Amino acid sequence: MPIQTVKMVVTGPFSAGKTEFIRSISEIDVVTTDETISPEAAEYGVKEQTTVAMDFGRITVDDDLVLYLFGTPGQRRFDFMWEILAEGMLGFVVMVDSAKPETFREAKSILETFRAYAPTPYVVAANKQDHPEAWSPEDLRIALRIEDHIKLLPCVATQRESVKNVLLELLYSILDEMDAGQ
Amino acid sequence: MALKGNLADFSTTQILNLIHLARKTGTLRLFEPVVSDEIITDGAGNKRRRIVPGEERASIAFRDGKLILAAMGDQDGHLANVLHKAGKLNAEQARIIRERGAKYSDKALALMLINANYVTQADVVRSIKQHTIDIVYDVMTWEREPFVFEENLTPPPDRITVPIDLKNVIIEGTRRAQEIKPLEEELPNLDMALKFPESPGEKFRGIHLSVDEWRVVSYINPKNSIRQIAKACNMTDTEIRRIVYALLQAGLVQLVRPPGMQAPVPAPAGAARRPVVVPPSQAIERSVVERLIQRIKES
Repeated sequence: MPIQTVKMVVTGPFSAGKTEFIRSISEIDVVTTDETISPEAAEYGVKEQTTVAMDFGRITVDDDLVLYLFGTPGQRRFDFMWEILAEGMLGFVVMVDSAKPETFREAKSILETFRAYAPTPYVVAANKQDHPEAWSPEDLRIALRIEDHIKLLPCVATQRESVKNVLLELLYSILDEMDAGQ
Repeated sequence: MALKGNLADFSTTQILNLIHLARKTGTLRLFEPVVSDEIITDGAGNKRRRIVPGEERASIAFRDGKLILAAMGDQDGHLANVLHKAGKLNAEQARIIRERGAKYSDKALALMLINANYVTQADVVRSIKQHTIDIVYDVMTWEREPFVFEENLTPPPDRITVPIDLKNVIIEGTRRAQEIKPLEEELPNLDMALKFPESPGEKFRGIHLSVDEWRVVSYINPKNSIRQIAKACNMTDTEIRRIVYALLQAGLVQLVRPPGMQAPVPAPAGAARRPVVVPPSQAIERSVVERLIQRIKES
């Protein structure tokens, strides 16, 4: 039986905790893939030789189902990869470094970009909640102007249970959308 | 837990909005910006020098989301000076009261001045209110200062505080600050529509808007785009952006996408690209999602 693969994307500003998030849940060591840009991407003005690093993790469900987690490159100069990663994704997580308000604007921008790419469910993870200077999820919701119906979850990306909670809430949101669409 | 940041990343207007909507109690302290040697990386991966707090420039106190008192670091906030600035005392009277009343609290001093018929209670309240608001308007024009909001830190009980609704202050402060540049960043797309938040009647109670602002409010409906409202009100793009931005900052309205409107792709950095909407993934069966949930729970 062919293996079905599903994809989720973990995105967010530079140093928001995307790598740690995937590392905490992946059954394999997080692979930082070095993608060579395809000729098709060259139409975007990118040199064919350009490479970009992305995080990649995996969760095997059983013999015929695998979940892949892709972490988007944090630097803005690689944002052309976002569209490629967004294609076919089941949902996405937007990570925000709760202790760095200088990254909030970028987080909001990334969120809006991904919302525009694909109408899939998403959650926002207020990461680094264990940091003494972390803004609370309630304050982040107001600061980032996130609608009330979007889940904004406390997260500590280095803690497995915290990461599991974020992924589960995203999956519940996906189920809710499926039910709403029926 | 203190909220910390820099006005370069998070404007005073946004902070006031946060304090107002979250009904916070505490004191917002703003400091002189001092450029350090430490290099930090922002969310886009750009490096810049960290700005660290220097001397305190201003402090603004809040209770339950309302403004109650403000002080500028280099100004003497003595009650006598506040009353003098408001024209309720002349310079000589203010000087004498400062000298002789040095050992008295604001409240005790105010009581003495009222009993001596120098001022009325209404004079004291109005003067302190105006002094507080003027400081906040000034602070709303700052752009680089580090700040910290200390929850539950309030003025000592012997200070006179006057609760002031933040919505009007935000609207007027935004008008005064003439925040033109952020307007186009905050509202790049005039084809969005507007809607009222929960309990609009409560939010609009006591609000002071100009005729033009009320005219815009009268057209608010999720089916009317901002562009259509501008046309109906005979306003330019900049004029409608300024009004809508102020209403958004005060939490009086919210942005919505009109039905049938596809989400726009923000302008990308670097080489221009055609906007593409990625089609939804192929239909995933519910059972697949349920299996994923089970697997993650077990991990």
